[in-house]
Amino acid sequence: MSSLNEPRRKTRIVEGLGFSLLRLVTLVTVLPILGLVAYIIFMGAPSFSWQFLTAAPSNGMREGGILPAIIGTLYLTLGTALFSVPLGVAAGIYIAEYAQDNRLTRLIRIAIINLAGIPSVVYGLFGLGLFVLFLKFGTSILAASLTLSIMTLPVIISTTEEALRSVPNSFRVVSTSLGATRWQTIWKVILPQGLPGIITGIILGLERAAGETAPILFTGATFFLPELPTSVMDSTMALPYHIFVISTQIPGMPIKIQYGTVLVLLIFVLGMNLVATIIRSRARAKRQW
Amino acid sequence: MKKFSVRDLSIRYSDDNESLRKINIEIEANAITVLFGPAGGGKSTFLRVLNRLNDLADVKTMTGEVLFNGVNILDPKLDVIDLRRKIGMVFSRPVPLPLSIYENVAYGLIMAGERNKKKLDSAVEAALRQAVLWDEVYDRLSDSGFAISGGQQQRLCLARVLALEPEVIMLDEPTSALDPVSTAKIESLLTELKEKYTIILAPHNVQQAARMADYAAFFLMGELVEFANGKDMFLMPKDKRSQDYITGRFG
Repeated sequence: MSSLNEPRRKTRIVEGLGFSLLRLVTLVTVLPILGLVAYIIFMGAPSFSWQFLTAAPSNGMREGGILPAIIGTLYLTLGTALFSVPLGVAAGIYIAEYAQDNRLTRLIRIAIINLAGIPSVVYGLFGLGLFVLFLKFGTSILAASLTLSIMTLPVIISTTEEALRSVPNSFRVVSTSLGATRWQTIWKVILPQGLPGIITGIILGLERAAGETAPILFTGATFFLPELPTSVMDSTMALPYHIFVISTQIPGMPIKIQYGTVLVLLIFVLGMNLVATIIRSRARAKRQW
Repeated sequence: MKKFSVRDLSIRYSDDNESLRKINIEIEANAITVLFGPAGGGKSTFLRVLNRLNDLADVKTMTGEVLFNGVNILDPKLDVIDLRRKIGMVFSRPVPLPLSIYENVAYGLIMAGERNKKKLDSAVEAALRQAVLWDEVYDRLSDSGFAISGGQQQRLCLARVLALEPEVIMLDEPTSALDPVSTAKIESLLTELKEKYTIILAPHNVQQAARMADYAAFFLMGELVEFANGKDMFLMPKDKRSQDYITGRFG
């Protein structure tokens, strides 16, 4: 008996230790993030008021609200979506469903993966060179949105490709055998099944764009604007850049406004994240294959 | 009447996997032609040549001629979409599309451009009745195609093919994932359907082959070893290899 039980007890102890260690590591990584968010809420919440969300900054940013920065970030995110979603989804569909598996396709795929790893400031400089100077868009919402789009594209392309590839091939074979063309198969069967994954990828990509400072630094963000932008050729205030400005550039800045602004950006980004999570879990619950 | 005349059909995949060598066969209309033999013998490949579904696979070389109603369907200029509507296929695993029962049956017609709701409705009902599924699903046509049992799903897949009113129905081991009751239902259905359609069946065992065959073709390692009418094949096979396989000496 004991000779049978002995090794098993040992395994059980090792297993217990292993799980405890994993639990500890998880806690160590999660706790600081939770702490950070809690701290930002604690410090930023007091500055929240109707006025804070709906008024322009005044007295050299030290008073008033942050409306222009909120609106600016909304515009930039929308602008980015406008360019990067159709292009990115189309490219993802092409690579997943149409492109033949040859050297060129592999090269493109590697390029896309690598593009996702380029530091955002490099995108900023690229946008400055191409959109602001060469195409003469100036520092504008248009130039900044295009720059953010280029940064977001790789994310959207690869998540779209991934989402479509996860749809079982048997659906393609069956649809084809019933006399559907390739496009009909994609449109009626493959895309609807891949859509939740694609939308998740789009949101995650846009969320990153909304929070970036470097790409808009040279291409469209501005220090202070007394009025809201009226055209895409105007430059704009934006939350990430505004946070940089009020944290480093203005002496005597009330700390609660800084935290309040960070909290707004955080809510914006985490809100998008939440939507992505809900879409994904709903789709997973509905999926039948 | 001959539905298909296949002459010297050879095929090789890029990975040299399953291939066909010099297949010559004539497939009779309004009869069940059974293709049988051990796995990897080329039955599935052969079926997928007939509706050009092999276009999706990585084929290295394909030579020979496949005449369907006298027209060579290997012609690169052929309208494959039209061909696939005339030659329906049921697969070994029931694969409903991720759509409702109704949409599954109407799928082929809608893809062919049929928009008339009344026509679609009556075609769906007719196809489901033909597949003996109507009584089981008529009150839940908008449910998902996955919400019914495996046997029902396979009849749904058959109904989906029937809705297109094809000339030929090909079935690749259609009952391999089904219980005996569902299998019996499909088999009796096929016997009725042959009055109207040309049926090519790759059964998943010799017993089913013997039960169903009007004509039988024995495929072994990419070769058509023997082709005869069903009785001759299963009572007195001429080739030693078909004889060994039928009597269970290998396979």
